[in-house]
Amino acid sequence: MPDLLLELFSEEIPARMQRRAAEDLKKLLTDALVERGFLYEGAKAFATPRRLALHIAGLPVKGKDVREERKGPRVGAPDAAVQGFLKGAGLASLDQAKIETDPKKGEFYVAVIEKPGRTTQDVLAEIIPQIVKTFPWPKSMRWGAASSEAGSLRWVRPLQSVVCTFGPETEDPEVVRFDIDGIPSGDVTHGHRFMAPGSFRVKRFDDYAPALERAKVVLDADRRKDIILHDARDLAFAQGLELVEDEGLLEEVAGLVEWPVVLMGSFDESFLAIPPEVIRTTIRANQKCFVLRDPRTDKLANKFLLTSNLIAKDGGKTIVGGNERVVRARLSDAKFFWETDQKVKLEDRLEKLKTIVFHEKLGTQYERVERIAALAKELAPIVGADPALAERAARLAKADLVTEMVGEFPELQGLMGRYYAALQGENASVAAAIEEHYKPLGPSDRVPTDPVSVAVALADKIDTLVGFWAIDEKPTGSKDPYALRRAALGVIRLVLENNLKLSLTSLLAKPFARTANAALFAEFLKAKELVEAIERSPFAPVVEHPSVSELAGIFQQRQIAEAEKLARIMHARALDLLSFFADRLKVYLRDQGARHDLIDAVFALEGQDDLLMIVRRVEALGRFLDTEDGANLLAGCRRAANILRIEEKKDGRSYSEAPDLHIVNDQGQIEEKALAVVLDGASREAAEAVQNEDFEGAMRALSRLRQPVDAFFDKVTVNAEDPALRENRLRLLNAFREATRSVADFSRIEG
Amino acid sequence: MTSEPAHMNPARSFQGLILTLQRYWAEQGCVILQPYDMEMGAGTFHPATTMRALGPKPWRAAYVQPSRRPKDGRYGENPNRLQHYYQFQVILKPNPPNLQELYVKSLEAIGIDTAVHDIRFVEDDWESPTLGAWGLGWECWCDGMEVSQFTYFQQVAGVECSPVAGELTYGLERLAMYLQGVDSIFDLNFNGLEGDQKVTYGQVFQQAEQEYSRHNFEYADTEMLFRHFRDAEAACRKYLAEGEPKPDSNDSRHLMALPAYDQAIKASHVFNLLDARGVISVTERQSYILRVRELAKACGAAWLKTEGGSVAV
Repeated sequence: MPDLLLELFSEEIPARMQRRAAEDLKKLLTDALVERGFLYEGAKAFATPRRLALHIAGLPVKGKDVREERKGPRVGAPDAAVQGFLKGAGLASLDQAKIETDPKKGEFYVAVIEKPGRTTQDVLAEIIPQIVKTFPWPKSMRWGAASSEAGSLRWVRPLQSVVCTFGPETEDPEVVRFDIDGIPSGDVTHGHRFMAPGSFRVKRFDDYAPALERAKVVLDADRRKDIILHDARDLAFAQGLELVEDEGLLEEVAGLVEWPVVLMGSFDESFLAIPPEVIRTTIRANQKCFVLRDPRTDKLANKFLLTSNLIAKDGGKTIVGGNERVVRARLSDAKFFWETDQKVKLEDRLEKLKTIVFHEKLGTQYERVERIAALAKELAPIVGADPALAERAARLAKADLVTEMVGEFPELQGLMGRYYAALQGENASVAAAIEEHYKPLGPSDRVPTDPVSVAVALADKIDTLVGFWAIDEKPTGSKDPYALRRAALGVIRLVLENNLKLSLTSLLAKPFARTANAALFAEFLKAKELVEAIERSPFAPVVEHPSVSELAGIFQQRQIAEAEKLARIMHARALDLLSFFADRLKVYLRDQGARHDLIDAVFALEGQDDLLMIVRRVEALGRFLDTEDGANLLAGCRRAANILRIEEKKDGRSYSEAPDLHIVNDQGQIEEKALAVVLDGASREAAEAVQNEDFEGAMRALSRLRQPVDAFFDKVTVNAEDPALRENRLRLLNAFREATRSVADFSRIEG
Repeated sequence: MTSEPAHMNPARSFQGLILTLQRYWAEQGCVILQPYDMEMGAGTFHPATTMRALGPKPWRAAYVQPSRRPKDGRYGENPNRLQHYYQFQVILKPNPPNLQELYVKSLEAIGIDTAVHDIRFVEDDWESPTLGAWGLGWECWCDGMEVSQFTYFQQVAGVECSPVAGELTYGLERLAMYLQGVDSIFDLNFNGLEGDQKVTYGQVFQQAEQEYSRHNFEYADTEMLFRHFRDAEAACRKYLAEGEPKPDSNDSRHLMALPAYDQAIKASHVFNLLDARGVISVTERQSYILRVRELAKACGAAWLKTEGGSVAV
């Protein structure tokens, strides 16, 4: 079966886009083929800085023939109908149609339309230009003389040439002929920009890849990565050092070369006085080089590894020399930042945070720090932190945003604050909290445990969540520009992994109230600014406007009415944020492997706002259901629920009243008496255990119900003839169901 | 260029580097212009780039442009930072299909041997909020050092480029430092001579760096500058309005796009000075940038109504 080779040769494609583009090309082309009925055996896509390539193996030579029968009018139908039929079916005259007979319809015409399958080449020539013209690059451009015309071809960078061949292994494949906006398809490609700049012809994938290899191009990005990684490790090993591995950098570097050559450079040892993270970040971000570690000391070595795109005539001496110069200049800058930053204390930087807008509606970073500090102080006793330390840490947590170093390398935020805090003699917990308050950054990131860090980390995230909920900027679908899901997950993990018992409702109430007042105040300030602007302008005498003090009066009056309205809105938004937390917790628990029905069974209970208790309950429930008592009680509970559902529906009422114990005593059977007695004790005991957060105990208490419940269903007929007796038995079942609800809604449990 | 005397060698002489690049691009059909006689932050502001990038007419030019970045001054003390430096700017409209190759050859012309140097094109998309311009391209690396900026203009002054122009910007000092193997800009050999006759970059510019840093950060008269900004803005608008084709005339050309654009350049530089003086708050900053952009856009629109912007006369 024939193979397809497609290569789109262009100027340098951004490294970060290459892998995705290769996959897109494969998907778009194979999907288009399959959609047209062309199945294939295998497809693989490749990318280098200058080309996207695709190999599809095992395509048919042509598509399947299609035979279609189309029913026409009956014989002798009016001419208009006959003409319409002929035209629709593409027939010249009725002689080309068959006549068939149907007992109902009588004789009628049938056209047989036979469409021979199109050749694969034709189909490729049709779909490839379409795919290229509508390719989903994150950013694309126009270029050259052709860009004078509207609607000219767009590509990520200028597209230079296209190879497209198709044919069986045994014969010379043919060029699939098409033209994309003036670029004709062909069978000629180019090698490495500097080492093999000439062009050459290719036939099919089997000779294409080796021909590229000879022309100093490694087509497969994963192989380039492999080469870089192994050469880097070997070079490091030869110096008695270890490569500091960095998958993101490796992926990027592999997208910057067609022929990787790893070289080692070094820098002056005196630079090692700079924090290692800074050295690594500057060398990585600016130079795309790897750093090395000395395994004996576990510290950075004064060496780095660069990946060049050239087998240089001088063995790479010039390249290493040039890179060393740049690394030296960069490290000099970093050292300068490191030293000048230390001259200003973190607390003296706070003023500058007033110039950084956090969010238009949520104020500056300075205001945010004020809020976080207040909140961290409030949270401190709950998480076991010293309130003064928590407040101090929160106050300094964002100060490094205005240091030179973080200005240059935003990814070092927090870490630099920690270094500078330690250097200015802050308490160790305060310094640690400055770095850790951003954590956890994702599901796999470490959760801080120092209480001061926990207080500030919680305050930071809650302030973010409350703020954005208060201004009604919630994540929707895949859009979550402020990483609010991550913040909520952060709160959940901070609480659970530190075993913190707290009520989310009360945690969120205060910051919400503060935000509500701030929103009103901000509105006042805006209006005040406007009034002042009017007063400054030459129009002041002619424009009717309130004075600033009148404005304050208006706002004060409004405040009472507004505050009420605002309080209602904020209450609704706070509830919405709570349910967002519930959703996030479900996702978190599901990821942890908890059964979703058990989560639902617990969430169905009212007033669940203590994350730790919810999780404990789910865990206890899971363990309980694994016991025989648990399984049987669940069965009994289901049976009770079923009977109640049926009878309640039949009667159109519920039986939520407490059972009348006199009736039980006077008329009840021994089994129902037993149930009533045990139920009374067990439900009381269970409620008490829940009160003490002893969910195991609560379930143990409920499990005492198992035997009487089984006996009740065995011996007692719920639908007694006596209506009073029947009603009381239903009430008894309801009381049983209610008792189990003290731990979970058993009706939500599956299986 | 073997016949070149040693003092003209781009690897030894700063001016030799400039002259070599000029000659190279002259051979590619560029008009070699001299620097624009106004203060500006980058060679892109030169009307030979900004205005000529607009409209359908082909255009090839190359020139050196002194670039003023008041904030980057370091009182002549930092070996890598200047508030006044040179850019070598090339613009080719439409970009020829082999522009990358032409660029690589220009590096070879100044003595960068591609058999021992690692030349790379690393993604870097360019955007100038003040000019209302953006393009896609790369930073060009030589042995890990960014030596040029390579951009395919997509939009300038808020107008889609049609056709697209290719723009090359060489950071001359940085390139020369690499070629000459010196670690401080001020140690660059300016004239390529040795001994008594040698003139260094520091001899030419270090005093200016000290004086202008002082001026830019400490003494520039902010009240005057705020006034100049307003004046330039008003003048730009005025010239644009006055230059509009008159409804009763047969001439459909705009008559003062270039003088108006000069005022936009001036406003932009005055803003940069005010910014360096630290008298513009973050929120104001955005609005100033926007005001300059509005001027640039209006000038671009006016240019399209001139002969250079291809209105038939």
